[in-house]
Amino acid sequence: MEIRIDNLTKKFGDVVGVENLTLHIDDGEFVAFLGPSGCGKTTTLLTLAGIYKPTDGLIRFGDRVVNTVQPKDRNIGMVFQSYALYPHMTIFQNIAYPLKLKKVPKNEQNEQVRRVANVMGIGDLLDRRPGQLSGGQQQRVALGRALVKEPDVLLFDEPLSNLDARLRLTMRGEIKHLQKNLGITSIYVTHDQVEAMTMADRIAVMNLGHLQAFDAPDELYDRPKTRFVAGFVGNPPMNFLDVEVSRLNGQFLAEADAIRLPLGAERGEPPAGHPGAVVMGIRPEDIQIADDGDVRGEIFVVEPLGREDLIDVRIGSNSFILLADTEKQYRAGQPVALKFDMSQAQFFDPQTERSLLWRQ
Amino acid sequence: MAPAGVLVIIFFLIPVAIVLYLSVTNLASSNFTSDLAKMEYVGLKNYETLLNDQFARKIFFNTIFYVLVTLSIFNVSLALIVSLLTTHIDRSAGFVFRALWILPRITSPVVYILIWKRMMAEAPFGILNQFNEFLGQPTFNYVSTNPWVFVVVVNGFIGVSFGMIIFTSAIESIPKDLLNASLVDGSSRMQRIRYVILPLIRWPLLFVVTYQTLSLLTSFVEIQLLTDGGPGLYRTEVWSLTAYHRALSNYFGNAQWGYGSAFAVLLVMIGVVLAVIYMRVFRFDELVAEPRVEAL
Ligand SMILES: Nc1ncnc2c1ncn2[C@@H]1O[C@H](COP(=O)(O)OP(=O)(O)OP(=O)(O)O)[C@@H](O)[C@H]1O
Ligand SMILES: [Mg+2]
Repeated sequence: MEIRIDNLTKKFGDVVGVENLTLHIDDGEFVAFLGPSGCGKTTTLLTLAGIYKPTDGLIRFGDRVVNTVQPKDRNIGMVFQSYALYPHMTIFQNIAYPLKLKKVPKNEQNEQVRRVANVMGIGDLLDRRPGQLSGGQQQRVALGRALVKEPDVLLFDEPLSNLDARLRLTMRGEIKHLQKNLGITSIYVTHDQVEAMTMADRIAVMNLGHLQAFDAPDELYDRPKTRFVAGFVGNPPMNFLDVEVSRLNGQFLAEADAIRLPLGAERGEPPAGHPGAVVMGIRPEDIQIADDGDVRGEIFVVEPLGREDLIDVRIGSNSFILLADTEKQYRAGQPVALKFDMSQAQFFDPQTERSLLWRQ
Repeated sequence: MAPAGVLVIIFFLIPVAIVLYLSVTNLASSNFTSDLAKMEYVGLKNYETLLNDQFARKIFFNTIFYVLVTLSIFNVSLALIVSLLTTHIDRSAGFVFRALWILPRITSPVVYILIWKRMMAEAPFGILNQFNEFLGQPTFNYVSTNPWVFVVVVNGFIGVSFGMIIFTSAIESIPKDLLNASLVDGSSRMQRIRYVILPLIRWPLLFVVTYQTLSLLTSFVEIQLLTDGGPGLYRTEVWSLTAYHRALSNYFGNAQWGYGSAFAVLLVMIGVVLAVIYMRVFRFDELVAEPRVEAL
């Protein structure tokens, strides 16, 4: 089912849940809504589900405008962060509930519930109550209940955030696999960017009720169109600093205090054409500690992450986060030289926060 | 156990023991004494008299009728309907509506009943009848022609607010996700009430049934003020009111404490038996024993 959201606004009195959201989702696509807490992800999802009426704008499923369609007539499956299993029903009754409401005959209900339960690996739990299951098992039941009615659209609201890291990894794979197999158009809300990056065909990045970007994961990562997206996508986050970019005999140069970084024309030309200072962004993996580095600084903090160390290097008043091999055994206070891979640098207008390299 | 035990002993067991003792004496205004030892022991004579009392039977069925009808129509059903309605509309509107409905309960019974009496009084005093006269309609003697309707309605209006408060808070404490999930799963709002909300407020529901049965059994102030058991002979007299009439307010100036106590003792016994039955049937011990969330 193709979903087209046009200029969707949802307000609660004066509080903006989501504002002027336009998003076209293709049939069978897996889209992630990514954004910090309170940015309107759940609001958008519940509006799509029909729980909230849009204040303004249009929502279309296929060619049908669904703005005022009751939730029950939208054929949507939804998985909640809290799982929202009915505590007074057995697992069987929980999964059968959507079928019962559709007046599916008893024996067919039985058959479908068992089929879905087996796919989800919870076939032997059907007689229990939700309170007698682990979080991971409840998660599977919730997914089973959403799938059993063969919905046109699947909505996930942070379904994995209550699971431990390992289980999250397994479920991530399973959900993605299921979604691709069934080809159900899906929207997946999360504030875990790894989840969004690994699962989604496209990611809608939201902030403060507004859509910041809607692109494939590697596009967002390599060609962020706003400073917010650049800073939000990627872990550890991108480093930002204010620089002046100037042209110098066919070469380009980014300067800030003691830092002087030569640039190629491809990345240097657009910011050089911008009057005044610009914001430069550089990802931690594009900075190396190297003896022949261009810039000298001092290590401020070393945070061991296991596989690598997260290192905070101070150069004058600027601070850079980067990653280094644990074997090098860097220590705080140590002077180091940094090498920047400026072919990966990003530049943003400090006022509009839009990218100077990638136009929308 | 200790503090609760002391309370039960002081406020329940001791009064019951005194009433029990009074009920086997013939203490009345004519042979009044405050010395327990001097009271004349008459054995089960009061109970014998009671069983042979030609009106006891009528009063007994009056009581059952009054409790059942008020409980089922008002204290439970209407309370549930009001709670469901006011939790499905705008929050503040629902709140105001419920706040208004608490007024009868927090108004002094005398004032509350006076309001009703003024409304319903016969022409030319009653407000309704003044309207009738103004509109050229015939006037009615509302309370004396339909005393039961008024007894039930007047008590019911107060009774609703207890269940309303309990049910509303129970409904509002159901997680929002659960309610939303039901709609997404394909239920209408009515189906959601039937399959999700009602099962989830089952315990408050049973609690209200139990508690309100017992309080209706023993409440008589409103009836006393409204009809005083009349009109005519015991038309709306209920058991607890009889106990009061016999023991403390006999028409002939002869308060029969002993005989009235027999009525009271039977009422206590009925109450205790009902409470035990309810606790068994509804298995309240389970409710107290462990959090329902775990056991559901
Ligand atoms: N029912 C409501 N009434 C009033 N304001 C609401 C309501 N629901 C959400 N909001 C407000 O709308 C904004 C967006 O909330 P929303 O729940 O959509 O955020 P979210 O992106 O899902 O956040 P999180 O990641 O924490 O779940 C917030 O400012 C929130 O306070
Ligand atoms: Mg949310």
